[in-house]
Amino acid sequence: MPRDFQWNLPGAHHHLKRKENLFTRIHLDGWLLLALLLLMGVGLLVLYSATGGNLNATLAQGYRFALALVVMLVVAQVPPRYMKRWAPAVFAIALLMLVAVLFMGTDAKGAQRWLVLGPVRFQPSELMKLALPLMLASYLSQRHLPPGWKHLFIATVILVVPVLLIARQPDLGTSVLVAASGLVVLFLAGLSWKLIFFFIGLGMAALPALWMLLHDYQKNRVLTFLNPERDPLGTGWNIIQSKTAIGSGGLEGKGWLQGTQSRLEFLPERHTDFIIAVLAEETGLIGVSLLLALYLFIIWRGMLIATSVEGTFSRLLASSIILTFFVYVFVNIGMVSGLLPVVGVPLPLVSFGGTSSLTLMAGFGILMSIHTHKSLLNK
Amino acid sequence: MSNGMQPVAGNWRLRLVWLLLASLLLLVSGRLIQLHLFERDFLQRQGDVRTLRVETIPANRGMITDRHGEPLAISSPVTTLWANPRQLPDDLVVIRNLAQALGENPQLFVRRLQRFADREFMYLRRQVTPDIAESVLSQQIPGVYAMDEFRRYYPAGEVAAHLVGFTNVDERGQEGLELAWDHWLQASAGRKRVLKDLKGRTIRNLAVLQYPQPGQTLTLSLDMRLQYLAYRELKAVVDQHQAVSGSLILLDARTGEVLAMVNQPAFNPNNRSQLDLARLRNRALVDLFEPGSVIKPLSVAVALQSGQFTADQKIDTSPGVIRLAGQTIRDFRNYGQLTPGQIIAHSSNVGVARMILELPDEMLVNYYDALGFGRATGTGFPGEGSGVLPGGFGISRIKRATLSYGYGLSVTLGQLAQAYMVLADHGRLHPLSLLKVNDPITVQVFDPEVVREVLEMMERVVQPGGTGTRAAIPGYRVAGKTGTVHKLGSEGYRSGDYIATFAGIAPVSDPRLVAVVMIDSPKGQEYFGGEVAAPVFSRVVGHALRIMDVPPDAPLNNGRP
Repeated sequence: MPRDFQWNLPGAHHHLKRKENLFTRIHLDGWLLLALLLLMGVGLLVLYSATGGNLNATLAQGYRFALALVVMLVVAQVPPRYMKRWAPAVFAIALLMLVAVLFMGTDAKGAQRWLVLGPVRFQPSELMKLALPLMLASYLSQRHLPPGWKHLFIATVILVVPVLLIARQPDLGTSVLVAASGLVVLFLAGLSWKLIFFFIGLGMAALPALWMLLHDYQKNRVLTFLNPERDPLGTGWNIIQSKTAIGSGGLEGKGWLQGTQSRLEFLPERHTDFIIAVLAEETGLIGVSLLLALYLFIIWRGMLIATSVEGTFSRLLASSIILTFFVYVFVNIGMVSGLLPVVGVPLPLVSFGGTSSLTLMAGFGILMSIHTHKSLLNK
Repeated sequence: MSNGMQPVAGNWRLRLVWLLLASLLLLVSGRLIQLHLFERDFLQRQGDVRTLRVETIPANRGMITDRHGEPLAISSPVTTLWANPRQLPDDLVVIRNLAQALGENPQLFVRRLQRFADREFMYLRRQVTPDIAESVLSQQIPGVYAMDEFRRYYPAGEVAAHLVGFTNVDERGQEGLELAWDHWLQASAGRKRVLKDLKGRTIRNLAVLQYPQPGQTLTLSLDMRLQYLAYRELKAVVDQHQAVSGSLILLDARTGEVLAMVNQPAFNPNNRSQLDLARLRNRALVDLFEPGSVIKPLSVAVALQSGQFTADQKIDTSPGVIRLAGQTIRDFRNYGQLTPGQIIAHSSNVGVARMILELPDEMLVNYYDALGFGRATGTGFPGEGSGVLPGGFGISRIKRATLSYGYGLSVTLGQLAQAYMVLADHGRLHPLSLLKVNDPITVQVFDPEVVREVLEMMERVVQPGGTGTRAAIPGYRVAGKTGTVHKLGSEGYRSGDYIATFAGIAPVSDPRLVAVVMIDSPKGQEYFGGEVAAPVFSRVVGHALRIMDVPPDAPLNNGRP
């Protein structure tokens, strides 16, 4: 096939200049690290306001960030070839844990998501966010691309099983993210258009069946998304309130710690999934734009890395990680602003919560490892 | 291109990813711009609707005080507990505890809650003491709220109850001066804009839209020292004689101000749970009665004022009976020749009638009218009686005769006191006033000379041999007149049922006080005005003169002049 496997992006180099500096020596990317630190700083400021000036919660989040940074640093030291080699093992462990959650998980808000191992509470679905792209990238990179029917089938099974397990917990948000991370790999590995349309068609056809499978609260969320005024005091409340908070911020916002909707408890989930509404109310369109710009920079940088590295595994994995990050941001903002139904997707590195930031930073660790280690794959 | 590398994806596939990324980004940005800029006004209003509330700032009703600033009615802040029944928890235990804290029967309370179940407001209990409010609010039951109110409290209790009146639970005047001066006393609550959170707690006061206007203070003419005194003495005498009722008015002779006004029976304005309507009336201003003999000094003054009679003229009252148009006017006995002074001292009906019948037809009625009989005194007191005074034109002789000794007209005790004030202040009339007066209005009715003569005649009533000796006050010259009136029942005058009255002025040399006392239906051997009412006058006015530091004008030098 006359396919040019090189990703010649306009404005993108074949290779990012890989100057040896202090950061690359410890396998970090300076620009990405700077942007991430900035994002964390902004996140803590917004969180402080969203928790109603709760210093303890903000500090706790700060400690998690510190831990996440350490995790990123450690992961960045692992060369991609080890990752490729260990991918099946990691995936197997994550899958086992997901199955274990089915039987011995602990409840939180009506969903079984947690696995308690001694003193450690762990969410296997978070591990799967990385394990699945690792596995798929590892599997497909060792096959002839574009993959044949047989490999495609196996890849699909690898993708679908964990997604369904997570959706069953139920955790719609995470299953969407995990699915996205896998689909990106499949798409970039050269899934043929016929198949893409086939899957889209299959999905459409399966919609009614999927609808039947959804839990009542999930159905409600979708209905509410279609018409928030359907039940303004019940399921529509979240989205009406978050829109109100965003809009009442206007261009310049009401000032840090001055948001009435968010600080007076009118905005639900304001320190977790809906935190951007707090930022929007208090800093207005300007603040939201700056935050978006920060995310864009991170995504841009990630894409540059993904397109500049050599080796199929590294490219697929890097692309998956950074595009999943984008999906994170898009789904969260889309959901808070009423574009998408409310699925529980946090705003990366801003929303309160430990596990997701750990996974995210581990992902960036992988990205940095790919960027800073000499590609030895396929050589 | 490197060896072994397999094609991953074509350029177009990556471009598609970038395109998708950019379009999704555009979508999100567009949405945010739409919310932030174009739907901003609507959404901001929505936000304000959730958080901004206008609340009232309670203001207290004006105080009522006596002439020295002694409080008679004050508003004190209290807490009123209310609930939003829809927000109350369904937990029966919580409701039981709430009922207990409120001091209510749990079963009745639950029934009351059920009645209000679909409402959003109900009073739990109004105007509770701070300890009850605290014990209820400390349970932190959702849907239970407190609001500030004011409760009217009357420090003088039943002593000034008839005059001051009272308000209802919403602080609106219902009776007495609270009702008459409601607009003056009434507060206008302020309004403020506040920021509230989801749970309805006020977070911040944003702006005062209208400042609260507390009611104004109403300063009465009463002197509480004299009011307490009058209350004590009147109550004592009404109890002693088992009378149906009694009233007393004490006036400042120079201004027409009411210094004391008491009635029996009275009521406690602070606890009206078992209120008997008969106790509610301010009889001194509301009830009408035939004044009887106490009006004679006024008739005599009219006769002297006419110029047809002099103070030392002899009037023949024999044989002590006049027949007029089939009716008989009689004296206690045949007194023979009497001077006007003796007519007053002996309370001769025939004497006073003879004098008045000599005068032009309408003269007496015109003077009565000028003295204020037949119209309300102008205190503005709710329900004040105006009395009945027959018309003067073409009035019959018998009517004129009976009017001259106090029958055939009805007056209030207030009107009587007001008329007596003319005798006390050099023939000048001051309208009766329940409020402190700075600039008394005066109308000259009688010549000062006439009044001086009548006062001296009235002094003899109190001196030995007069009908009102028990009104005497050691150290002071007292002028007065007794009255004992048959009560008018449904079938004419009832024997054995009297109203005993005494009206007097002291000290005679420079009158300062006017007092009228009325005792309705005293039981037992004593029922004359001189026996029942006069002693009250003596005690009240005697004490009052000393309280007011009025110098004695008849010093006691061991009986020597």
